[in-house]
Amino acid sequence: MLVALVMVLVVAGSLAFHFLSPWRATPIASNWGFIDDTVALTFWITTAGFVAVVLFMAYCLYRFRHQPGRRAAYEPENQKLEAWLAIVTTIGVVLLLAPGLLVWGQYITAPEGAMEVEAVGVQWNWSFRLPGADKKLGASDVRLVDGANPLGVSPSDPRGRDDLIVADGELHLPLGKPVKMLLRSLDVLHDFYVPQIRAKMDLVPGLVSYLWFTPTKIGQYEILCAAYCGVGHPQMRGTLIVDEEADYARWLSAQQTFEQSRKSDKGGEKSASNE
Amino acid sequence: MTDLTGRTEDAAPPAEVPEMELFHAHSFLTKYVFCQDAKVIAIQYAGTAIAIGLVALVLSWVIRIQLAFPGAVALIDAKVYYQAVTMHGMIMVVYMLTAIFLGGFGNYLIPLMVGARDMVFPFVNMLSYWVYLLATLVLAASYFAPGGPSGAGWTLYPPQSILTGTPGYDYGIVMMLASLILFIVGFTMGGLNYVVTVLQARTRGMTLMRMPLTVWGIFAAAVMALLAFPGLFVACVMLLLDRTLGTSFFMPAIVEFGEHKAYVGGSPILFQHLFWFFGHPEVYIVALPAFGIVSDLISVHARKNIFGYRMMVWAIIAIGVLSMVVWGHHMYVSGMDPLFGFFFAVTTLAIAVPTALKVYNWVITLWRADISFTTPMLFALGFLVTFVNGGLTGLYLGNVIVDVPLSATLFVVAHFHMVMGIAPVLVIFGAIYHWYPKITGRMMDETLGKVHFWITFLGAYAIFFPMHYLGVLGVPRRFYELGETAFVPDSAHLLNVSITVLALVVGFAQAIFFYNLFTSLKRGKPAGGNPWRAASLEWQTPETPPGHGNWGDEPPIVYRWAYAYSVPGAPEDYIPQNEPPIRGELSS
Ligand code: HEM
Ligand SMILES: [Cu+2]
Ligand SMILES: [Cu+2]
Repeated sequence: MLVALVMVLVVAGSLAFHFLSPWRATPIASNWGFIDDTVALTFWITTAGFVAVVLFMAYCLYRFRHQPGRRAAYEPENQKLEAWLAIVTTIGVVLLLAPGLLVWGQYITAPEGAMEVEAVGVQWNWSFRLPGADKKLGASDVRLVDGANPLGVSPSDPRGRDDLIVADGELHLPLGKPVKMLLRSLDVLHDFYVPQIRAKMDLVPGLVSYLWFTPTKIGQYEILCAAYCGVGHPQMRGTLIVDEEADYARWLSAQQTFEQSRKSDKGGEKSASNE
Repeated sequence: MTDLTGRTEDAAPPAEVPEMELFHAHSFLTKYVFCQDAKVIAIQYAGTAIAIGLVALVLSWVIRIQLAFPGAVALIDAKVYYQAVTMHGMIMVVYMLTAIFLGGFGNYLIPLMVGARDMVFPFVNMLSYWVYLLATLVLAASYFAPGGPSGAGWTLYPPQSILTGTPGYDYGIVMMLASLILFIVGFTMGGLNYVVTVLQARTRGMTLMRMPLTVWGIFAAAVMALLAFPGLFVACVMLLLDRTLGTSFFMPAIVEFGEHKAYVGGSPILFQHLFWFFGHPEVYIVALPAFGIVSDLISVHARKNIFGYRMMVWAIIAIGVLSMVVWGHHMYVSGMDPLFGFFFAVTTLAIAVPTALKVYNWVITLWRADISFTTPMLFALGFLVTFVNGGLTGLYLGNVIVDVPLSATLFVVAHFHMVMGIAPVLVIFGAIYHWYPKITGRMMDETLGKVHFWITFLGAYAIFFPMHYLGVLGVPRRFYELGETAFVPDSAHLLNVSITVLALVVGFAQAIFFYNLFTSLKRGKPAGGNPWRAASLEWQTPETPPGHGNWGDEPPIVYRWAYAYSVPGAPEDYIPQNEPPIRGELSS
């Protein structure tokens, strides 16, 4: 009796918590509404499963609890029932998987002509590099990193000279333009994570990973690191500011190019971007 | 199924393997310390696992206190916090759960349930425990090494785990790796024993398809562990070499705080593949024994055969096989080739099918049953609820694109605690309440057991269910402190406090269990040989607790499966596996 009742209350309480609690995903600020939709679809299918199984269990607990004189039925198996359950479950799984894979396909295919922006992680802060007038990022190599060249941009690659180096952790992006973020780490694993954008990807030393999105809402968002990277991990913060085209252009023109930063740094004592 | 004539030969085929010679202990030391009896080794394994598990429990309080009251305890700085998270996770998964299910329940139950006198290699079995103990001590000792234990996270991902930004990068990580290597060596000795014993030492009539699901679960888990642990083993050895000799298996060229390191050309992602090639099967190495045990608890206390036994066995095997090819779901956003995402999402969701079938069969077993709400049964039911809940959130994280926003948030933490933390721990408790009478000859107190159950089950659910919502909100895991984070509303802090308070309550409530465990040794009601009126073989031993060699002069002969409950026409509502067949009975 009591046990069955508590099990029903567990289901009811969980549902109540879901619908009444104020804790929801942050309002989305990118094109990845599809991700939110697949999460919602998953919620409905799995919730149906949870409620059905636990309520069925609770009913059995109530109906078939031990009473004097009761004897259980003897039924080793029922292949028809088992086959049906297998089929229904498979259908449920396919319903979840199919849209999930479709959206994943979009997630990993950046649109042609997306603006390329590089995010570089180093214990424990963010830097960025944007292409200059040539719209191309120059080559880079960790082994070239030094005080005057914190991102290891290759001085011998002409495409890199006009690259804009953003070392203060604040990245601006224009509204409504697809961006392909190229992700690079100079030391350990990090992960580019902006909750409102929904996208996420690790930065791995030794390779360049990527993700893409289109910012859809003007605003200021926190960039966090979502891969544990040592004691400073929670402090590894950056800021993403989504601007109108004009504001963005103004910000862009105020950034130093790679070439400028090297000139201004000759003889200077600017140190590498650590701690 | 054939109609029996009442002759032994029809129900129990002749034995194929002769009886084994036993090692007989003569001194106190060889009887209770360096003992080769699997039952004693089981107690040693379980005792050690529980002891180190308590350390991990206390560490979880350290984590929770910091998360709810950041900065309130000056002692908990970032370094201490990450060391606590790392040790908590590693101990719980490897040194507690794996050890107690395979080393503890495996050792106690396999020989008794298949009608063997002992494990087939008793000496190696003993050695397995002592190496495990050594591994545990080395791990615990890292708390006293200069710099303390590793704070690399239980996943130990390089390059971070062996660089100076991580606590314990000097001694702690070396001791952690050495300890894991020892653990695997010890486990391999035990694991071979469990597998060979199940294959070779079953008593006459104990066909594979008559074995209790507990044995099937432990057997499949042991096979998987023998295949999966080598992945971790080589990863540990290679990482140790990177750390001590400066090789570059996992280390590319990097700049550490402005300083160029000598490493070049290694792959951090390779480590992740090796780690999760072990790490995912590990989830099922813990889960399959729990599945098996829970099947038996439900069946005994509901007085009904487990529904769809053959399906249950095949599901265990299917899960075992599939779970070797799903490891990549831990790496969807790791920077590996994103095309892998398609493959691993399909395999991962495919596993949901056999897993769901097991869940259906458990609840269908309750249909038209005769259910007693004993303490073991309550824990089994608690397992069902938490496992279904945690299993379903696995469908979020397995479905590659849904994982993207949720990965590395508290949603993941809530999910894996529900499915492989709480659910298996509830099974462990249920199993202890269930088999305690066989192990000690006395019953544990039912009232205390029920109080313990309700606090633990409801408390743990209330800890981890709401935690999912912090993850949905976007709160990242492995954050020593959230600090100023605009997207997290202040109300979330309330939730954090409530989780921590509950974690402390549930933690301290375990004292009820230990009080019950120890006082029942002397004061518990005498149990007799078969207090639950169970059909499986371990309850049919001539002595309780079973003596050395388990079966007295003659090993039992098995005539039927382990689930002959409420068989129509039978005088009792159970027929022991070793009771000679009744004329007209159907053989199964
Ligand atoms: C009531 C008991 C428990 C509580 C309150 C608890 C709490 C926690 C907390 C707060 C974390 C840190 C989450 C983060 O910020 O990343 C954690 C991590 C973890 N816990 Fe537990 N835990 C408990 C039991 C268990 C059990 C039984 C297991 C066994 C599977 C387990 C396995 C882990 C693992 C693997 C981690 C991850 C460690 C890492 O991030 O490196 N925990 N736990
Ligand atoms: Cu980080
Ligand atoms: Cu996994």
